[in-house]
Amino acid sequence: MASGIRDKVAIIGMGCTRFGERWDAGPEDLMLEAFNEALADAGIRGAQIEAAWFGVCLEENNVGKTAGPLAQALRLPRIAATRVENACATGTEALRGAAYAVAAGAYDIVLALGVEKLKDTGYGGLPVRTRGVANDLWLPNSTAPGAFAQLASAYAAKHRVAMPDLKRAMAHISVKSHANAALNPKAHLRNKITIDDVLGAMTIAAPLGLYDCSGVSDGAACAILTTPEIARALRRDAEIVTIKALEVSVSNGEEAGFQGWDGAHIATARVAGARAYAAAGITDPRAQIDLAEVHDCFSITEAVLMEDLGFSAPGRVIHDVLDGVFDLAGALPVEPDGGLKCFGHPIGASGLRMVYEVYQQLHGRAGERQLRRVDRGLTQNLGGHPHQNVCAVSIIGRMGA
Amino acid sequence: MNDPETAFGLLATARYAPRLRLERSEVFAQHRWMAPGLKSLAKGQRAIANWDEDAVTMAVEAGRALLAAAPARGATELTLASTTLPFADRLNAGIVAAALGLAATAVVRDVASSARAALTELIACLRHPAPETTRIVVASERRSARPASAQELIFGDGAAAAGVGTGRALATFVTAHSVHADLVDHFRQAGEAYDYGWEERWVRDEGYLKIAAGAVLQCLADAGVAAADVAHFALPAALPKVNEAVARRVGIAAAALVPTAAATIGELGGAEPLALLDTALRAAAPGALILVAAFGSGCDVLLLKRSAVPCPGDVPDAGKPETSYLKYLSFTGQIALAWGMRAEMDNKPALTAAWRDHARTERFEGGTCSRCGTVQFPLSRLCVNPECKAQDTQQPVSFADRPARVLSHTSDFLAYTPAPPFQFGHIDFDGGGRVLMEFADTDRDELRVGLPLRMVYRIKDLDAARGFRRYFWKATPLRGAALLS
Repeated sequence: MASGIRDKVAIIGMGCTRFGERWDAGPEDLMLEAFNEALADAGIRGAQIEAAWFGVCLEENNVGKTAGPLAQALRLPRIAATRVENACATGTEALRGAAYAVAAGAYDIVLALGVEKLKDTGYGGLPVRTRGVANDLWLPNSTAPGAFAQLASAYAAKHRVAMPDLKRAMAHISVKSHANAALNPKAHLRNKITIDDVLGAMTIAAPLGLYDCSGVSDGAACAILTTPEIARALRRDAEIVTIKALEVSVSNGEEAGFQGWDGAHIATARVAGARAYAAAGITDPRAQIDLAEVHDCFSITEAVLMEDLGFSAPGRVIHDVLDGVFDLAGALPVEPDGGLKCFGHPIGASGLRMVYEVYQQLHGRAGERQLRRVDRGLTQNLGGHPHQNVCAVSIIGRMGA
Repeated sequence: MNDPETAFGLLATARYAPRLRLERSEVFAQHRWMAPGLKSLAKGQRAIANWDEDAVTMAVEAGRALLAAAPARGATELTLASTTLPFADRLNAGIVAAALGLAATAVVRDVASSARAALTELIACLRHPAPETTRIVVASERRSARPASAQELIFGDGAAAAGVGTGRALATFVTAHSVHADLVDHFRQAGEAYDYGWEERWVRDEGYLKIAAGAVLQCLADAGVAAADVAHFALPAALPKVNEAVARRVGIAAAALVPTAAATIGELGGAEPLALLDTALRAAAPGALILVAAFGSGCDVLLLKRSAVPCPGDVPDAGKPETSYLKYLSFTGQIALAWGMRAEMDNKPALTAAWRDHARTERFEGGTCSRCGTVQFPLSRLCVNPECKAQDTQQPVSFADRPARVLSHTSDFLAYTPAPPFQFGHIDFDGGGRVLMEFADTDRDELRVGLPLRMVYRIKDLDAARGFRRYFWKATPLRGAALLS
């Protein structure tokens, strides 16, 4: 009988580059920057790493295929390395592969690294691309904002809320994330903004305006994993941070093609969230989770995820957002590092960046945005579109918490 | 054949006009500096195809209206007439037939090269009865004209269709007459974008008043019908008052001239004879004689007798005024705007995949699970219903004529489309089925959850690099009478 991975895998080192328009840095530079930080944090030698998982999503825009670019950039000594891709959930997928290898006892020390070099396309936003030759025959060539804007129209209709009320809550979410990122030296967008800035911005995909959309950034993030026992042996005095749960749920076409889905929530987030809570022994997420880094690719995404992850009651997120529940000083801070919205979104790195923030907060190293008491944090990483996606949820916390 | 109204003849006609109606005054406003003489033409509107419409898609709409009015029975033939077919070598009528859901055994053909091609075909259908066969003639035209030419203001885009067979005929064949004559009033060499035309007065005097008038007189003589007994006379002519002059020359009363849609839709070229036929049939009293002529490299004349059977179906609505001449120039490829790098995406078609899934795109084919009854798109091996998931239980079902509603929507200003914003959303079909689809002919602030929709066949993507276009269905709001019915 499988028993999950709770407290079987420890994170002993993490690294994350500054995210942003890193015009002067190639993917190799970004990988090395994150890796050097993680290696120093872990206090080990690179030669102690036995296997690696490499996350990159749009390889055609940057490194090309296979895990070779990782091995080459870090000069890994011909160890096993695997490239993974699960759209915008790629970073968590790299972590998952590495964590499961440790939990299985296959390796003692492994690396998970995600990188994305998005700013080599020549234009703003995510790159346009084929959806596969058969899908291209009929599927709309939608952008990410267009796909996620669907959530807003369906949510407002389902819960009978006026769009201006929903937009005000969405604006609060973006203002909050900008304020948090202003305290984060590694964030891409560190300017503070106002509700009026958000509401007055140009429309990208109705009802989403410019400030409802996350940044498109270059960056890399990584984690070095081992068993709690080895972690203890390496650092007798250190706080041991372990993975409590790491769950993935993937749409099977039901939301896209069956009329059971209301278009106003992320079905996979509910599934992955429930599995993660069960694995981590969490029964009251709002009370037991101390911070959350969710996939706020758009303000509306963060809003509906608050309900899907059990942080807000169904139909109540507007009130919770406007009451400041998810602000840095609120009961359950969300995106204390600025999130995708402002830390930025180098796709393959984002899932690991979320874990990096939880890890920093657990260690009390989050600087000006440090939260008072953190035992457990949640990350939720979403690849694809609301109706067809990969959703990963991790819960990271202190050993024994 | 017991029904006294059962006869071999015209079973239905239909017209299609694109929704957008370009204000001619807006066109003239841009040309006034160099072509002030266009002022006399700068009145009213002309229909313009949206970026995703061409002779094929408009033919599909006219064909759908025709088949809704008079469903095809028995063997079927489909003829597509146009001088602006999108493909020079690919059966355009085959694309139309597939979208209409005609049987694979239907005989389909393209005819081209003249504004009278459709009438030539219709006469052939009526002259040679095939009692067990339904024959459909669709004419469709999307002509370009050089900016600041008179044709730019005169032409309209649109389609018309006629069905011939045995049934409740709207009109029956009396006689017909054809002449060919290589009088070159205008021409367009293969591959050229624009017509080149000769002096209008010569075309009127030597063409219409001699060749067309002569053909009309011969047709009437063959039938033993006096010109004064013709109740409706349809003669397409791009020039004003030419049809009046011909009527006068042959002795048909001016009151018998079938009114054209020149003021609101424009002159439809190869589609105009069938469009005027549709207008005439709707106006004609039982027993009335209808004379339809078409001029171009000669002349065809068709004399019909109207029955008492009422005309089914509706006529095109008033459309939507369009005031952007630059939008028209962009839609027709006459001006290259800066669309940005997102427009550079390679739309190379995978013709293997297109054929493998051809029913999906042609006829909007999904599946109905024979175990649980769930209607779904696309048709798949395993049922989408999470309670069912049965394997290989789905029977093909077309979504093309199923009503639907908006579940969610957006107007996306980031995505590339030749007509921003890019509008798409999740659509729920009545009776089951959900599809993420593009919207066509939808206003910027028109979308709302629950909005009733119907499906239209449109260009989905253009592959400029290889000269290909792929088609799929899009959703458009139900409006006006269609919404109430």
